[in-house]
Amino acid sequence: MTKEHYFSPDELKQFGNITEFQESMGKKYFDWYGEVMQEGALTAREKALIALAVAHAIQCPYCIDAYSGECLKQGSDEEQMMEAVHVAAAIKAGTTLVYSVQMMNHVKKLTM
Amino acid sequence: MSIHQRSKSLASRGNELANTFFQLEVLNGHEMVESQFQSFEDKVSNLGFQPLRPSGIEIFQINIGKLCNQSCAHCHVDAGPDRKEEQMSRAHLEQCLSIIAATPGIHTVDITGGAPEMNAHFRWFVGEVSQLGKKIIDRCNLTVIVSNKKFHDLPRFFADHRVNVVSSLPYYNKIRTDAQRGQGVFDDSIKALRMLNEVGYGKEGSGLELDLVYNPSGAFLPGGQPTLEKEFKRHLKRNYDIDFNNLFTITNLPISRFLEYLLESGNYEAYMQSLVDAFNPATVQGLMCRNTISVSWDGYLYDCDFNQMLDLKVATAASRHLDDFDLQTLNKRPIVLNQHCYGCTAGAGSSCGGAIAE
Repeated sequence: MTKEHYFSPDELKQFGNITEFQESMGKKYFDWYGEVMQEGALTAREKALIALAVAHAIQCPYCIDAYSGECLKQGSDEEQMMEAVHVAAAIKAGTTLVYSVQMMNHVKKLTM
Repeated sequence: MSIHQRSKSLASRGNELANTFFQLEVLNGHEMVESQFQSFEDKVSNLGFQPLRPSGIEIFQINIGKLCNQSCAHCHVDAGPDRKEEQMSRAHLEQCLSIIAATPGIHTVDITGGAPEMNAHFRWFVGEVSQLGKKIIDRCNLTVIVSNKKFHDLPRFFADHRVNVVSSLPYYNKIRTDAQRGQGVFDDSIKALRMLNEVGYGKEGSGLELDLVYNPSGAFLPGGQPTLEKEFKRHLKRNYDIDFNNLFTITNLPISRFLEYLLESGNYEAYMQSLVDAFNPATVQGLMCRNTISVSWDGYLYDCDFNQMLDLKVATAASRHLDDFDLQTLNKRPIVLNQHCYGCTAGAGSSCGGAIAE
């Protein structure tokens, strides 16, 4: 069967099937994931916002869908969600810019 | 400021979803949609509830009319300013009083609508119930308090009769609230909450309980009740100096205007699937239909307010109206179930008192 495109929303529903090829590791992952996302020192709402920010940073369409819904469910509003994305974007931009220190040092070393 | 209505009633628009039979056909995959989900009745039957029966009537919930000053986008009652005819009469309210007085097991009288305060007999009825020593809940939309001068003294009236005020506030900001309930609702709700606070509602030690109801403004389930309560308290206190007691999270059931929204926005299948996937067996024992009887404006009896809006009357043909109310018969009745019931068993569960399970 030929797929028309990658990242079909239906594929996210099959995520749980990764245990089919490696049961023990897959099960450990899902147990760990479940515990991580539970209410703890951070609230489930805060964790969902972090996950949403990470989803944008790693540009995962599955995670963006999943955690946009989860953030709404946990009571975050649109402004809070967009601020979380800006945090991710700012950190990503910062990591690009901080490499410029290496560039600057190298240029300074090579030039008079 | 007057409210810019979010919607008009399905009935006034002649929408086919105003027909409750049609709604049930949609929910069972026979109209408009193709998706079918496991029968809710089979689902609880597999858990040993064959059929699901009451634990005993403790809460007498009366929907005293569909008239409302708001037309919210999600309203399961299809209430609004145009629903002027469906108002409970004084004669039916007197029948309710007789039943409540004669039934010691009923500890709470839960008055809902529409905007219940717009029923001409509301204050008289509350006064009579308070003399019976029963807990009174008024499901107040808040804005009714500021909608007309004649309602401005409602906070004092509620306080005098020790009414537990339970008020809808879908979110602690204007954008999300007004999107669901109509432009201007958030500002009016804040004014009304301040008026309730001024007479002692929500204040520690006053004994005057003010609870808020959160229901999602869209096709998603509510999150954890304790977390949302903390968020609401933090934001309402910091931004508006408002106090309240408890936040109840309620799931939107896929009926009436919310069903219309789900169908029109293309969210119906995914929402139903999320309800089915989130089925929590631990909620079944605590479902509100097990300790509540719901009475319609015209005196008919239902297992809950949602069944009432789908016109699914109690299964007991011999006791189906205030005229033939029989406690023993009703306490043994099989509860009428349908696909919308998945809304009450999803996640932590949902009832008029909020989440059911931890």
